Amino acid sequence: MAMKIEFVSPEDILYSGEAVQVIARTRGGGDIAFLTGHEPFIGSLETCEVRVYEEGGDIRRFAVRGGFVSVTGPEVTVLSDAAVPAGQIDVAAARTQLADAKAAEDANPEDPYARDDRRWAEVQLAAAGADDGGAAH
Amino acid sequence: MPGGAERILRRRINTVSNTKKITRAMELIAATRVARAQQRARAARPYSEQLTGVIEDLAAGGAEVDHPLLRQAESISKVAFVVCAGDRGLAGPYNAQVLRTAEREIQAVRSDGGDYAIIAVGRKVADYFSFRGYNIDSTYSGFTDNPSYENARDIARRVRQLFDSQEAQQVDLIYTEFVSMGTQRPIVRRFLPLEKTAVMAAEGGGEAAALAGFSFEPSAEGVLADLLPRYVEARLFTALLDAAASEHANRQRAMKAATDNAEELIVKLSRAMNRARQEAITTEIMEIVGGAEGLAEDDDDLNIELLLSELSS
Repeated sequence: MAMKIEFVSPEDILYSGEAVQVIARTRGGGDIAFLTGHEPFIGSLETCEVRVYEEGGDIRRFAVRGGFVSVTGPEVTVLSDAAVPAGQIDVAAARTQLADAKAAEDANPEDPYARDDRRWAEVQLAAAGADDGGAAH
Repeated sequence: MPGGAERILRRRINTVSNTKKITRAMELIAATRVARAQQRARAARPYSEQLTGVIEDLAAGGAEVDHPLLRQAESISKVAFVVCAGDRGLAGPYNAQVLRTAEREIQAVRSDGGDYAIIAVGRKVADYFSFRGYNIDSTYSGFTDNPSYENARDIARRVRQLFDSQEAQQVDLIYTEFVSMGTQRPIVRRFLPLEKTAVMAAEGGGEAAALAGFSFEPSAEGVLADLLPRYVEARLFTALLDAAASEHANRQRAMKAATDNAEELIVKLSRAMNRARQEAITTEIMEIVGGAEGLAEDDDDLNIELLLSELSS
């Protein structure tokens, strides 16, 4: 049985569709899968790849930059500043971002923004299937 | 000299109709921008609604709420004001209304012996307060007609610095609320500390708590700690979008009034010009007739010829 899945950013609803299973990764909790009828759940998300399994076996991948997932019965909502479908990821831009973030991190290993940027770039590359051996998944 | 007044009036009519073209164009641009700003405000609504919903669920789930953003200071010595108006003028009373409201609030704080800080959003705000010698903490401008979430985040960061360090114990948000196309009004909203009612929506309502039964990861407190900063950003973003829609609506109205005035002025000036032209023609004919009559007394034949040549010239 399908449930509703929505990706909502502060500026717009990015994606709205149906799914039989949604897999995300919560902060401190690791990967978590939601099926229809999951108990009401709210979690903080890691910057991670969210996989949406559609009826018929298709898998949609989204790179999600942190945020929240809220599950209420038949609805899964992902609230995030940025959620990009795998097909729309700008691989070249993500590679540049990754290089920049790595450089910034080398210069200052404590820089939380650099770490965040690096992680985001890695997740985008992994979701796009252009993983260079990063630690995203 | 005949025709002088007519020429001056014709020039004024040209000037006014040029102005009219400009104000008409600005009116049309503003009209499309209001529509777009409203569209953006609508698109942004699901996020803030969901966020508020999650907060309500958290409250219902009995999350222990103790977060810096919720802490009420025992005494308030400094209030920060986030004042949102426009970068540009020509928007009727839009900027003036917000600025007047803000100034009144600031004066109220000062007369109670408190300190204030101004976070100016929009060039007009910075200009107004710096000209009057107020302390401006920081200025954000260049985006008031089309704000992005990024802008809201920048402002929120500064606001949180002020509040987290307890430099300011209260933050108020002053902007123009977009009620409808015809109505926008400046309002003052308590921004920080976050009002308990928002977070504790279901506090004391045992029924809601029983219904909820959410589980949280990493924990209710952890989720709340992640969520509140975003809630602050989202509220600021909503305010910026409202202000942008209001600005465009005000500009559209102001430009419509200006266009209507120009039209009225053109009609009036055209009438004056026609009258002046008619007067000039009458005077000219009178002169010719007068001259012809003077000549007629000397020589009838010459008079006719002269009159004809004068008229055909």
